[in-house]
Amino acid sequence: MRTHPSLIVCPHCDAVYRRPALAAGQVARCGECDAVLHRAARLDMNGWTALTLAAAILFVLANAFPVISVGMQPFRNDATLWQATASLVHGAWAPLALPGVAVAIVAPSVQIALLGWVLLFAWHGRRAPGFRLAMKALDWLRPWSMLDVALLGVAVAAIKLAGMAEVAIGPGLWAMAALIGVTAVTAKGDPRWLWEATE
Amino acid sequence: MTVRPRAQHLGMVGCRVCGLVVSAPLQSDQRSFCPRCRSELQPRLAGGSARAWAFWLAALIFYVPANLLPVMDIRVLGGAQHAATILGGVVDLWRDGSHGVALVVFVASVLIPTVKYLALVFLLLTVRHANGWARRARARLYRWLEAVGYWSMLDVVVVGLLVSLVQFQALGEIQPRAGILFFGMSVVLTMLATQSFDARLIWDGEGDDTV
Repeated sequence: MRTHPSLIVCPHCDAVYRRPALAAGQVARCGECDAVLHRAARLDMNGWTALTLAAAILFVLANAFPVISVGMQPFRNDATLWQATASLVHGAWAPLALPGVAVAIVAPSVQIALLGWVLLFAWHGRRAPGFRLAMKALDWLRPWSMLDVALLGVAVAAIKLAGMAEVAIGPGLWAMAALIGVTAVTAKGDPRWLWEATE
Repeated sequence: MTVRPRAQHLGMVGCRVCGLVVSAPLQSDQRSFCPRCRSELQPRLAGGSARAWAFWLAALIFYVPANLLPVMDIRVLGGAQHAATILGGVVDLWRDGSHGVALVVFVASVLIPTVKYLALVFLLLTVRHANGWARRARARLYRWLEAVGYWSMLDVVVVGLLVSLVQFQALGEIQPRAGILFFGMSVVLTMLATQSFDARLIWDGEGDDTV
């Protein structure tokens, strides 16, 4: 089987192009269907590593500090991201908790961990053990990681509860918002450059 | 206008996972794998649109009870019990004066799913009765589906949050109801249907249409 590293095929319409030379941050679009063909990474390996590390820290913060607190004096219930989504896991309503946990906790944390693992070795120009599997998993996980939906969910829930209790936003929510910004370019972005960087 | 070469006509495949372009044997009975990431190379997704149709139909079936059954049961302290459906939740928010939020929830839970069902069946039907009509617009519609589809998970997240936040409080009770499970299933199924649709089918048969 011959490979053609100098070519690029539009994933949406199968048109063939010569791989364009792009400056950082530039985007090549398909002339036929207008899909994004190739997005030159805005960040180099340092940038990706820094953002992945930042994401890991922010993820811990979102799970260590309350994102929302609900209550009526003198009772308050502070809930971290983990508590807010996962507290139903053990009850009869576990099936209801699972999608929330999967899209707001499991998918983002696995993405961050896999990226960190792969980048750790990429720094030395090597492919991490399990590189293929990690890259496939990252590709597969991308659509199911929904921190942005979870953040909007917290906001909607806060407004719905405002009528029946005192609702306050916690520092965990800001960590969550920052996490969405940071992962937009890494975990939710395109890590395909890692294939070439480690060849 | 000259027709741009398609990978399939050149005997090539672009790997869906890592993007590598490979010259692959085209016999359909033989499976070939990407030499770089070992994913299966599929010039077109196996089974054509059958899988997308199956997911679409299953999603549609789940969508009916998702909208008819209540998604949660709210009992405010000193107030009456009341069961809310998806649409009822939007109406409640609107009546409470949170018009902006009501609009957001309406878009995520009602508008996007409805448009998604229609758009998917439209795409599936138009690739079947292949013609060169509005290819770019259809390709754009598909990418839009991919980009916005997952926002419909909003209501699933909201109900989960409400139930767990109110669970141990003395201020009332919110209990989930079966509707939200059907709703969640239908959102997941439409996402799978969208992923199973091969957008490259929109462009097939390009040489032999309108001359």
